[in-house]
Amino acid sequence: MDLEHGSKTKLPAAPAAATPACQCNNKLLQLGDRLVAVQPVVLRAAAALATAVAAAVMALNTQSYTAVVAIIGTKPLMQTFTAKFRYTPAFVYFVIVNAIAGTYNLLVLIIRRLILQRRTGGLVVHMLDMVIMALLATGAATAASMAELGKKGNLHARWNPICDKFGSFCSRGGIAIVSSLIGVALMLALNLLSAAANAHRPNVVGQ
Amino acid sequence: MAKLYRLITAVLRLAVAGAAAAAAIIMVTSHETTSFFGIEMEAKYSYTPSFIFFVVAFAVGFAYSLLVILVRPGSTASRLVLLSDVVVGMLLAGAVAATGAIADVGKNGNEHAGWLPICPQVRAYCVHVEGALIAGFVSLLVHFLIIMYSLHAVAEPLCCSH
Repeated sequence: MDLEHGSKTKLPAAPAAATPACQCNNKLLQLGDRLVAVQPVVLRAAAALATAVAAAVMALNTQSYTAVVAIIGTKPLMQTFTAKFRYTPAFVYFVIVNAIAGTYNLLVLIIRRLILQRRTGGLVVHMLDMVIMALLATGAATAASMAELGKKGNLHARWNPICDKFGSFCSRGGIAIVSSLIGVALMLALNLLSAAANAHRPNVVGQ
Repeated sequence: MAKLYRLITAVLRLAVAGAAAAAAIIMVTSHETTSFFGIEMEAKYSYTPSFIFFVVAFAVGFAYSLLVILVRPGSTASRLVLLSDVVVGMLLAGAVAATGAIADVGKNGNEHAGWLPICPQVRAYCVHVEGALIAGFVSLLVHFLIIMYSLHAVAEPLCCSH
């Protein structure tokens, strides 16, 4: 029995009964099995979407404003202040990791049938799932720490907060981080399901 | 075979616990006061939430590693241990990542935000934080090795009867 394939071995064993109650039970069992089989696809698609959205929102995150810096005689001197995601290494790493995770989940969704026919394929996908989930967690953690620094500043180090000047930059960054955290939670759920499915195998390495 | 597995994991987990304790203690004892141009500057780990998270996460990692040595391999708790190993590994990795981001800003500054690097002023504090980060990395690496070894041991039958 495999997570992705559901419990196909159960269906032939169900007794073919003539009474309507048994038929309803069989139909319910089939529906339940189909739901169990479709869970990983839905979870993986949602995780791919969440991480892709996080990467896209952070990559397109930029804001600039122009302010008067000095007045020379009667002429005001203007300067443009810009905030971009690539000015901070933490956000660059965040975008890269979320792009990797989104592409990986999309790839696994597309070539599911090819990979999951063999047992080793399922194991490899499970291992990669864990690695990419850990990477996502680090990306979200580092982006969140930089966001907290940008919002509150650090008076002891004389670092002023920037969110009062770049309000929409900060809120878009916040949305990207939340989306990435949702992706991490979904991948954790995927991992737990895979682990629960693999635990029922008597011998994990191929027979 | 099971005894060898148990011995190796016990040794590795003790290493993780030691490195995690070292990381937390080094971070907690980082404190420096200096004054430049008449302005007094004090650097302490508790002024940065990421460093506080680092200390808490590695304290949790230390306690967890010690507790997990008591679990017997092959029981139902050992499957749960593999799962919680991954979760605690994620926690430690997140702590190291967050601290690394703040440490990078402290060392190189961020000219676009107008944040000057503080390492030239509080050099001993910077070295202290770097040491804590290195200990954290070592702990994370050995924890990762434990996860890999546990998976390898699970994927092969521990006892040689098919």
